[in-house]
Amino acid sequence: MEKMPKWADIALIPLLNLTLAFGISMLVILAIGQDPIEAVKLMVSGALGSTYGWGYTLYYATNFIFTGLAVSIAFKAALFNIGGEGQAALGGLGVALVCLYIPFPHWSVAIIFAMLGGAVFGAAWAAIPAYLQAKRGSHVVITTIMFNFIAASLLNYLLVNVLRPKGAMDPASAKFPETTNLPTFHEMLEPLGIAFSKSAPVNISLLIALLACVLVYILMWRTRIGYEIRAFGESPSASVYAGISPLKITMIAMLLSGGLAGMMSINNTMGESERLIINSIEGAGFIGIAVALMGRNHPFGVLLAALLFGFLYQGGGELALWMSIPRELVLVIQGLVILFTGALDNMIRIPVERMFIRAAKRKEA
Amino acid sequence: MDFLTIVQISDSALRLATPLLLACLAGLFSERAGIFDIGLEGKILVSAFFSAAVAASTGSVWIGLCAGIAVSVAFSMVHGLASITFQGNQLISGVALNFLASGLTVLVGEAWFSLGGRTPSLAGEARFPNLELPFASAVADIPVLGPIYSDLLSGHTILVYVALLLVPVSWFVLYRTRFGLRLRAVGENPAAVDTAGISVIRLRYTSMVIAGVLCGLAGIYLATGLGSAFGKEMSAGRGYIALAALIFAKWKPVPALGATLLFGLLQAIAIRYPKLDLGIITLPAQFMEALPYILTVIILAGFIGKAIPPKAGGEPYVKER
Amino acid sequence: MAGPQNAKGQQATAAPSSVPTTAPAIELRGISKAFGPVQANKDISISVQPGTIHGIIGENGAGKSTLMSILYGFYKADEGEIYIHGHETQIPDSQAAINAGIGMVFQHFKLVENFSVLENVILGVEDGALLRPSLAKARKALQALADEYELRVDPDALIEDLGVGMQQRVEILKALYRRADILILDEPTGVLTPAEADHLFRILEGLRAQGKTIILITHKLREIMEITDTVSVMRRGQMTATVKTKDTTPEQLAELMVGRKVLLHVDKAPAHVGEKMLEVANLRVIDDQGVERLKGIDLTIRAGEILGIAGVSGNGQTDLMEVLGGYAKATGSIRVNGQELDLTGKHSDARSRRKRGIAHVPEDRQSRGLIMEFPAWQNIAFGYHHEPEFQKNALLMDNAAMVEIAQDKMDRFDVRPPNPQLAAKSFSGGNQQKIIVAREIERNPDLLIVGQPTRGVDIGAIEFIHQQIVALRDQGKAILLVSVELEEILSLSDRIAVMFDGKIMGERLPAETDEKELGLLMAGVVNDKNAVKEGAV
Repeated sequence: MEKMPKWADIALIPLLNLTLAFGISMLVILAIGQDPIEAVKLMVSGALGSTYGWGYTLYYATNFIFTGLAVSIAFKAALFNIGGEGQAALGGLGVALVCLYIPFPHWSVAIIFAMLGGAVFGAAWAAIPAYLQAKRGSHVVITTIMFNFIAASLLNYLLVNVLRPKGAMDPASAKFPETTNLPTFHEMLEPLGIAFSKSAPVNISLLIALLACVLVYILMWRTRIGYEIRAFGESPSASVYAGISPLKITMIAMLLSGGLAGMMSINNTMGESERLIINSIEGAGFIGIAVALMGRNHPFGVLLAALLFGFLYQGGGELALWMSIPRELVLVIQGLVILFTGALDNMIRIPVERMFIRAAKRKEA
Repeated sequence: MDFLTIVQISDSALRLATPLLLACLAGLFSERAGIFDIGLEGKILVSAFFSAAVAASTGSVWIGLCAGIAVSVAFSMVHGLASITFQGNQLISGVALNFLASGLTVLVGEAWFSLGGRTPSLAGEARFPNLELPFASAVADIPVLGPIYSDLLSGHTILVYVALLLVPVSWFVLYRTRFGLRLRAVGENPAAVDTAGISVIRLRYTSMVIAGVLCGLAGIYLATGLGSAFGKEMSAGRGYIALAALIFAKWKPVPALGATLLFGLLQAIAIRYPKLDLGIITLPAQFMEALPYILTVIILAGFIGKAIPPKAGGEPYVKER
Repeated sequence: MAGPQNAKGQQATAAPSSVPTTAPAIELRGISKAFGPVQANKDISISVQPGTIHGIIGENGAGKSTLMSILYGFYKADEGEIYIHGHETQIPDSQAAINAGIGMVFQHFKLVENFSVLENVILGVEDGALLRPSLAKARKALQALADEYELRVDPDALIEDLGVGMQQRVEILKALYRRADILILDEPTGVLTPAEADHLFRILEGLRAQGKTIILITHKLREIMEITDTVSVMRRGQMTATVKTKDTTPEQLAELMVGRKVLLHVDKAPAHVGEKMLEVANLRVIDDQGVERLKGIDLTIRAGEILGIAGVSGNGQTDLMEVLGGYAKATGSIRVNGQELDLTGKHSDARSRRKRGIAHVPEDRQSRGLIMEFPAWQNIAFGYHHEPEFQKNALLMDNAAMVEIAQDKMDRFDVRPPNPQLAAKSFSGGNQQKIIVAREIERNPDLLIVGQPTRGVDIGAIEFIHQQIVALRDQGKAILLVSVELEEILSLSDRIAVMFDGKIMGERLPAETDEKELGLLMAGVVNDKNAVKEGAV
C-alpha cells in the first residue's frame, strides 16, 4: 500500500522543502538589514532581465549540471561524493593540458579531446577514494574531502611553479590557442538572426551538458550498468546475491562521477577563461551536492535545480554589486537547500504522509 | 636543528593542536553516542566568527566566549534535529551546516563590520591573555627542562590548558561514570539503552550539546588565541582533520591527544619550513600544506591499524517491532 | 478477511471457567494499534494470572510482537487499557514498564556487545553517577540470582564472547535484577538447540515456582504444550481464543492459528533419483574474523531429490548457501553436474553460479533476494539481468519485456496484488517470497538452493511454495533445502542432513527419524543407529 500519491513525493515535498529553505534565506537577508523583496527583484532582473543575465545564468547552470549529475550518480550507488570540487579542479588541469599541448585545427576537434582530458583527470582523482572505499572501507566522504584539499594544493603548486608562463605574475597557465576557443551563444545565435549578449560566457558546453543529462538518464534507467548501480545503491547485500560486484560498481560509479565533474571544465576553463586559473571551480563542485539533492538524483531534476542555482549564482553576484549583500548568500541558500531537501526531509514528509493517510481513511469511511 | 628550535616548534605544535584536540573531543562525544559529525568544521567556524565579533564589539573575550559557544551549540541542535528527531542523513546534515557556516559568517560579518568578512583585530581584554605558569621565568635558565617548562608549557592561553585537562576528564566521564556508560552504550546499541528505560533521544541530544560546547571552544581559541581576529574560512579544514585524528585515535580520549599533537606538529613544521629540504629533495610549500590531508587518507586507508567505529554510528535509531 | 472461521474462534474465547479470585498479574482490555494503513492489533483483551506461564501463539505477522511491544512501552496503543495487578497502568515508555515490574527478553537481544555482562546488567539502573559502587552491588546481586535460579554467567565476560544461550541468560538476569515479576519472552527458543531450550524451560519453571508470571510468545506448538498453563491464540491482529493448555490439543491450536485445518504433510510421490547433481567435498569457510564457519562439509544430492538441512540457525547453513550461491569464498570442492566450481577466483561470483545452473532462494528475502525499493518488474530480472530476454540490444535493457514477463509470472504464481509496478516493499512477506520463487524456479536450474522458504510467509503461500519445490524435484532437479523448521524439513525432504558447528552431524531418512533424534543431532549429540547407510537412497 502506497502512503501517498506519486506526485506528492516528487513535486509537493521538494517544493515545500524549497519554500522553507528560501523562506529562511529571506529572513537572513532581513536580519542583515536588507530588503528581501528588493533583493529578489534585483536577482530576477540581474539574472533573467537581459540576454547578458541569461548568458551568465546559463553559464553557471552548465557547471552545475555537470557537478549535479556527478554527485547524483554517486548518490545512486549510495556513495556521497563530496569531492566534486577537487575532481573538477583536476578536470580543469586535464582540459588545460590538452588545450595547451595538442595543436588542434578546429575547436570541434579540440572539445572532444578536452572532454576526454577533463573526464580522465577528474575520474582519476575520484578513483583513489573509490578504491579505498571498496577495498579498505575508508569512508568515501572523508577521503573525497581530503582530496579536495590535496587538489587545491596540487593545482596551486602546478600553476605557480610549472604552468605559469615565464614573467607572468598571476598563478595561471598561458592562454589557450585560439583554435580551442569555443563558440559562445552570441556566435552561435548570430547566424540565426538572434541577438545574444556578446560578453556573456554561455557557450556550446551547455548543449553538451544537456546531452549529458539525456545520456545519464539512459545509462541509469535503460542499461545493465545503471540497473546494477541502482541495485547496489539500494542494497549492497542483495547485490552480491545477484552477482553484482561491489568493487566494480563502486569504481564505475565514482569514475563516472569524477569524470562528469571533470568535464565541467570544458565550460569554465576552455569556454570562459580560456586558460587555467587558480580556484577556477569557485564552489561549483559543492553546489552539485545541493543540485543533486534538490533534483532528487534524477537528470531532469538536476537540470531544473542547476538552472535555479545558476539563477541564484548570477543573481547573487548582482546583489553583491548593487546591494552590499555578499555573494556568500548563495552558500547560505545552498546550505539551507541541502539541509531541508537532504537531512530534514522527514520534517515535511512525515506530516504530509500522515495527511494523505488520514485523507484516505476518511474517504474509506 | 638546535634544541631551542625544537622547543619553539613544539610550542607552536601545541598551539596548533589545541583547536584540533577540542574539535576531536567534540567528535568523540558525538560519535561515541552514534552521531557522525562532519559539521565540526562549520561549528568551529561559526564559533570563531561570533566569539571574535562579540569580543570585538563588547571588548570582553568572555562575552565572546559565551556567544561562540551559544552559536556552536545552536548548530549542534540543528544537527540533532536532523539526525535524531527527523532521522535524516547525518553526513548530509553535516555538509549542509558547513556551507551554512561558511555563508553566514561572511554575510553577517560584512553586514556587521564591512571588512570583507573579517572582524576587527582583537586586542587587550578582547583576547585571552597568555598565562604565565608559576616560576616560569625563574626556571627559564635551567638547561633543557627550563625552556621546556617556560617556553613550551608556560605562556599559553587558558584554553590550551583547558583542552589538555579535558583529555583526562573525558576519559573519566566516558569510562567511570553512569553517563559515560550510557553514552557508549547508545553508540553501540541504542536498542539496549532504549529497552533499559533510558531515553536514546535525550542522551544523543546531550552528546550534541557537549560536541557543540567543545567545538565552540575550538573556534574561540582559533579566533582569540591562535589568531587575533576572525578571517574568512579560518577553520581551514580543521574540523575534518580533527575527524581524521578521531579515527586515528580509535575514538579514545588519550590517543586523541596523541593524534592531534601529531597533526599539530605537522602543521608547525609546515609553517616553520615552507620548503622542507630533506637533502635529496626539497618539498614544496604546497606539499607541506597538503601533508595533513595526505596523512589522513593514509590513516583512513587503514595502513596504520584498523579502526572500528561505534557500531550504531551514522544510523538513526528507529524502534523496531 | 473475517470469514466463517472467525465465528469458531469467538466460541473458544470464553474465559476458562475456574478463574482464581486474585487480581490478574496482567490484564489487557481492548488494545488496538495501527501502523499507518496496517492494523497490527485489533481489540485485544487477555488476562494472565500471577504465578503462571501464559503462552501467546500465532503465525509470523499475527501481531504478537506488537502487542508485547505495547506492553513494554515501545509503542503506544491507539485504544485500550492495561491493568497490572489490578491497577490501571500507563506505559508510555520502557522505564514505566520496568517500574511496573515487567521484564522483556526480546527475540533479538538488546545487549551492548563490547560491554561486560555486569555493565549490561546495570545499564539504566545504576546507583549514582559513578560506576564503581553500582558494579560492586550488581556483582553481589548476580551471585545471589545465580544461586537462586541456576542462572550462572561470568559477570566479567564480554557479551561478544558469549554464546547465544548465555546471552539469553544475561537478558533474563537483566530483567530479574530490575526486580521484574512479570517476564515476557519473545520467541526465546529460535536460536537455541533443543537441549538449551529445555534448560531454558527448567529456568522458567523455577521462576514460576517463585511466583513470577511469565508470558511466552512463540509460533511453536510443541513449546506451548510443554510448558504453558494457559494459551492465547492470535491471528491477523486479533485474539482468536484463550484456553487452558491441558484442555486443548496441538491440532486445535493450529487450526485456531491459521483459521482452518492445516496440512502438516506435503503430498509427494516417492523420489525418482538420478545422477549425482551436487557433490560437495571437504568444504571449508573461514570468515573475516578468522573463525572457521564450515569445517569440512561433505554432501551429495542426486537429480530428483530434496536434501533437507536441519540445524539451529548459525551453525554454518548460511555459509554453505552463501558459498553455493556465489557470495562467500571457500576451500574444498564443489561439483555440479560433474563439473568443478570455482570457489575463490574470478568465477566464484553469483553470476557465474547462475550460469552453471544454480538457482537460489535466499534465506533473507529483504536483504538478499529483493531490492525493496525496486518495482516488482525490475526484481523479476534481479540476478538474471544479463539474460538475453531482458535485453533490447547490445546496449539497452528491454523494460517493456521485463514488465511483460513480470506480469506473466505474477499471474501464474498468484502474486497479490498482481501489479508489476508496485515496489517490492509494498507486498506482504508471502507475496515477496512468491516473486522470488517465480524468478528462481522458472530458470529451470539443475540445482535449487532454498533457504527458509516459508519464514514469515502466510499459510496459503507456504503450501503453494512447497508444491512448487516438489514439482521441481519431480522434474528431476536437485534441491538443497535449508530450514530451521523441523516440521518443514521432515515433510519436504527425501533425505535429511543435520548441521552443527560447521559440520554435518549425520544423515537420516525422514521416515526413519523424528524430531527428537534430529534435535539431539542439532545439539551435536551423535547416535549412529539410524544413520543413512551408504547407497540407501
